[in-house]
Formats: sequence, C-alpha cells, structure tokens
Amino acid sequence: MKLGLLCSRVRVEEKQILAALRERNVDFERIDPRSLALDLGDPTLAGYDAVLVRCLSHTRAYYLSRWLEDRGVAAVSCHQVIDTCGDKLLTSAALQAAGLPIPRTVVAFTPEAALDAMEEMGYPVVLKPLSGSWGRLLARINDRDAAEAILEHKATLGGYQHGIAYIQEYVDKPGRDIRTMVAGDSLIYAVYRQAGHWITNTARGGETVPCPVTAEIHDLSIGAARAVGVGVEGPGIVAVDLLETADGRLLVNEVNHTPEFHGAQQATETDIAGAIVGYLLSTSKEAS
Amino acid sequence: MNCLECDANLELGSDLEEGEIVVCPDCGVEWEIMSLDPLSIELAPEVEEDWGE
Repeated sequence: MKLGLLCSRVRVEEKQILAALRERNVDFERIDPRSLALDLGDPTLAGYDAVLVRCLSHTRAYYLSRWLEDRGVAAVSCHQVIDTCGDKLLTSAALQAAGLPIPRTVVAFTPEAALDAMEEMGYPVVLKPLSGSWGRLLARINDRDAAEAILEHKATLGGYQHGIAYIQEYVDKPGRDIRTMVAGDSLIYAVYRQAGHWITNTARGGETVPCPVTAEIHDLSIGAARAVGVGVEGPGIVAVDLLETADGRLLVNEVNHTPEFHGAQQATETDIAGAIVGYLLSTSKEAS
Repeated sequence: MNCLECDANLELGSDLEEGEIVVCPDCGVEWEIMSLDPLSIELAPEVEEDWGE
C-alpha cells in the first residue's frame, strides 16, 4: 500500500499528519503540486492507493483530485466533495436539498437584485464571496448605504465571481460558533470557536474550547458531510460549522473540505492527525 | 540560519519539514524551507484568494 500527501505549504496540521504517518510506518510520499506538469496522456500519480489532499489552494485541490480519480486513485477528499465545498452556494444548495437547517440564503446576480433582496430580508445581512476561506471578505451589512457601497465596490474591483451576491441572514450567535470534523461517517471532534468579533474563525483570532457532542451536533455534522457527498460520492474529511440561534436552534453554516485543526487540537484530547491518517488508511484498503 | 532580510537568527527547530514556513522573529518576513540538507530558504509565497480550508 502506498499513500500520498498532496501539499505545498506545511502548516502545523501537515506536520502533525506527517508525524502520524511516520509513527504508523506508512509507506507514503509527499507530492508538491508546484512541481507537477501533468500530461493528460500520462498515468502520472497513478501508483498511489490513496492521496490525502491538503492543498492550500482550492483550485489545485479541485483539479488534482479529479486527476487522481481519473487514474484510479482515491482522493481524500474526493473531487465531488471538494467541488461542492469550494463554492458556498453549491454547499448551501446541497445542505438545503438534504433538508438540513441553514441560515436563510439568497443569491443574486446583479447589484440591483442584491439590493432588493437585502431590503426584503432586513438588515443586518451577511454578504460572502462564493469561494474563499478564513473569514476573508465577509461583510456584515447594517443598512442600505453600506449595501450600496459594498455592492458597487465588489462589482467594480472584484473578479467576475464577485458580481454574484451570496447573501445570508445575520445570525446573532452567542459570541461563538461550533466547529466539528467528520471523516467518512465518524465525527472526530467538536469545539466552540469564541470571539468578541462576529467572525469567529480561528484564522481571525477565534479561541477554541471543548464542546460536548450532543446528538443534535452529531447528527447535523454527519448529515452535512453526507449532503456534500462524503460517503456518497466518495471519501471525505470535512469541517462543519454550526451556528446557535437566539432561540436555541442549530444551523449548518458552512462545510470546508481541507480543514485546519491546530486550534481544535489544543481544545480536544482526540489525536486529530492520527484520526485523519486512520481514515486515510481505511480508505486506501477499501480502494486496493 | 539568519533571516535574509534583517539578519536576525531565525531560531529554527530540530523538527523542520520541507515546505514549512518560518517567520522571522524580528522583521516578520515569512520564509519557506526549500531543502533541509543543505538548509535553504526562500521568501514564502503571498497568500492567494483561493487559499484556505
């Protein structure tokens, strides 16, 4: 059995995964996407049983997962999961179609239609880019003046995707959200991410503390993972973000396909990197 | 190894990995470990819009 770890930048997470692979004496190789020039007629990378996709770049993960699957290699996460999770609208649509509770979400394709939608939804609303991570370029819009300014800026200064407005109701969460990780059909951990700011991403300074796994948190996490294709379209390791509403409901906010977990590892005793490698090994055995 | 920008000691640990990013404690410049033997560093790539989780 031969495994691959697809990554360029080695973050804390990749260091822990590398250590876990070595601890288990796994035969693996690192694959740096920056070194690749792939000829579509060649079987390059076909020699692996499974490859853990840990690209920082969504674009690289998107294309290379497809490349691997076309050559019979199990990509973890699989291409379909990466495709869906890399686009917030596709993710929300998948969650909605699965009957999971999500914040009210509206998409509009022109600034005028977006403004009308925001006025109808009522302020504040949250405007997000369709792709992107780490809480970047999120905007909480509190009134019409801010809406007009931000929509104009995005249409003028952003790429073509910024002309599409992904608008969500603002959920007045209690200074925290819940981050869980799912590998296949198993929940690996749950943590709270706390912050004084309305953006609670760890990448933006959110602090992680343990979160007890209730049946609801478990079921929503597993359901969200399945909704984006984990265990349905292929293998997957995803992070699920849950929001607590003022009236005690939980909403599924986002699903991420290459989760960071350095903050969570400080708040949980679970060996996260070990769990990831364990899942990779089980996937590889199924594939071989 | 010293920072190529400000010459401060980068205080590299013993468990370095190729591809790891180290931040200069003095000037804050990010360096990528390009090779371990011989040890070499290059300026880390700038964060791009599609980077993330």
